[in-house]
Amino acid sequence: MAIDPATPDTTGSGAIRTAGGDRPVAAEPGGPPAAGIGPYRLARRRLLRNKVALAFGALFAVIVILCFCAPLYADHVAHTGPNDNHVTEQVQVGGETKDVVSPTGLPIGPTWHGRFLLGADQNGRDLAVRLLYGGRNSLEVGFIATAITMVLATIVGLTAGYFRGVVDGVLARILDLIWAYPVVLLGIALGTSLALGGITIGPIAMKGNSLFVPAVIIGIVYIPYVAKPIRGQVLGLREKEFVDAARVQGAGSLRIMAREILPNVASTLIVFLPLMVANAILLEAGLSYLGAGIQPPNPSWGTMISDGIRLIPSAIHLTFVPGAMLVLAVLGINVFGDGVRDALDPRARVRIAAKREDEIGESEMEVMVEH
Amino acid sequence: MARFIVRRLISMALVLFAISILTFLIFQAIPNGDPAVRMAGRLATPEQIAQIRQSWGFDDPIWQQYLTTMGKILSGDVISYTQQLNVMTQIKEALPATLSLSIGAGLIWLFFGIVFGLFSAIKAGRFTDRALTVLALVGVSTPVFLLGAVALYFLAFKLTIFPNGGYVPLTQDPIDWLYHMILPWIVLSVLFIGVYSRVLRSNVLDTMSEDYVRTARAKGIGERRVLVRHVLRNSMIPIISLWSLDFAAVIGGGAILTESVFNLHGVGQYAADSIQQLDVPPVLVVVMLGASAVVVLSAITDVLFAFLDPRIRLTG
Repeated sequence: MAIDPATPDTTGSGAIRTAGGDRPVAAEPGGPPAAGIGPYRLARRRLLRNKVALAFGALFAVIVILCFCAPLYADHVAHTGPNDNHVTEQVQVGGETKDVVSPTGLPIGPTWHGRFLLGADQNGRDLAVRLLYGGRNSLEVGFIATAITMVLATIVGLTAGYFRGVVDGVLARILDLIWAYPVVLLGIALGTSLALGGITIGPIAMKGNSLFVPAVIIGIVYIPYVAKPIRGQVLGLREKEFVDAARVQGAGSLRIMAREILPNVASTLIVFLPLMVANAILLEAGLSYLGAGIQPPNPSWGTMISDGIRLIPSAIHLTFVPGAMLVLAVLGINVFGDGVRDALDPRARVRIAAKREDEIGESEMEVMVEH
Repeated sequence: MARFIVRRLISMALVLFAISILTFLIFQAIPNGDPAVRMAGRLATPEQIAQIRQSWGFDDPIWQQYLTTMGKILSGDVISYTQQLNVMTQIKEALPATLSLSIGAGLIWLFFGIVFGLFSAIKAGRFTDRALTVLALVGVSTPVFLLGAVALYFLAFKLTIFPNGGYVPLTQDPIDWLYHMILPWIVLSVLFIGVYSRVLRSNVLDTMSEDYVRTARAKGIGERRVLVRHVLRNSMIPIISLWSLDFAAVIGGGAILTESVFNLHGVGQYAADSIQQLDVPPVLVVVMLGASAVVVLSAITDVLFAFLDPRIRLTG
């Protein structure tokens, strides 16, 4: 996990570390010979050549930065907070005085000025301010959920694959349980119950309206999607000579897992990372739409869209603005993630004959669908 | 084979048992979730609440409540807390809408996923491939409820080409049924078409470099025949196993978002409404149903593949 894709880990005891698990890295067609170049450096070179992926990655980065600067925008441009109500106020647009929310309940459309840049919602709240704060919440949930998924899935996948036997049996059953549990139903059930009462586990206490509630739910739901392929890879890796070599040198299980096996599954984890962020953001939106995600009045893209859908015939901007932002952010990270996978898996671009050991694992990784 | 099936059945039963306990506990853990208080209404006296609690068995120990509920579920006469209707009857009423949605959408996404994926692989690297890739990624990145709401706004509200949601039973009027289902089918399929075409594309590209494909070409078999008989056939295994899992999830109430946007009153929507009212019995039944669909279909797929492909060994 601690491996920077750009600087391959050289602290291990000479384990083979190649991009596609344990296959030798193919020479770049027409490029310099691959000898002497680490797989991650090679991957970075390929990624840097993929301008489309970089552009979409930059788009995502810009959205992230904008959203995390939400308080600056709110204080210095819009002069209002995300939950501040302006229903009864009026605003000057092009020399005219207009109601923020008309007597019939219609919110104002985009003014293209500092206040109500993108209009207001039905409660007279500044849409642009809520869009940025909502994005910050959605992204935070996405990042926290992904961190939870990746850490737990790595631990579960490594231990199950390395120890096999009873440990594997128990962990595999738990994964099957999460896998078979209807994802959205699990999300709503946990979301509703936790949103009502919060939860206290030992020293950790979460309030019902905390961001951590949806983040933890989404993080848990996606564990099997990452842990299963990791486990499959580890089952193969533990039989390799370099693991035997480390064991003969007296390394313990923990050390072998962390130093010999983990670096070899790192590329799979890197491929999963952007995909999981994208899926976590989408699932959060779905849960919020059903009232089991981020709780009002806190904004998120999902809650804003579902608020907007109720007013769609009269004020479609309430749906379009957060919807477009959500799609752009998820699309950005998806296209970037696609580029990362292509860069780490040269076979995706260069069609060289290679028998797939991890066929099921790879198709599973692309299928993290919530309906 | 027999040993595999027996082991698989045992593990399926274990998973379902664990899922039922987990669901039961989730709702037990809810503070302010006392069903007796909720059923008695706002003006109830403590005596009334106590009476409801006793007649429904809410003051029994948790394990006993669990056993009673599960017994009722298995014998089919489980009653929901809020509406106090038979859950099985309610689900039977909701099932046609969910089945219509999932079977239709399942066929659509399988067909277009294969067509787009194959086309994308044949044209790999060219403009068509790139355009299809972008479309697939846009499809994968759009939340289904947003797509549904926008489609309803433009096609049902503005242009009135399609009806504004709702479900018409097939037995009542087949044409009207089709008319009401087309938009939900397309909206639910978009995401899956994106995923499936991407998976199939990479599978086809991998299969194309296999030795037996080269052999087939060397034997002088036409390109079209090579593609369909040799490449596509062998690229389909992961697609079909994916399809059975996704299809099971959709049947088991996974299409909640689509159902609620189009107001289809399917199983998923029933479950979502029940969860909101903290109504445990319907949620338990729907969750068990969905989980059973997933474990049964995935077991069937595994056995089927072991028959079709002798290289696959059954373990588990």
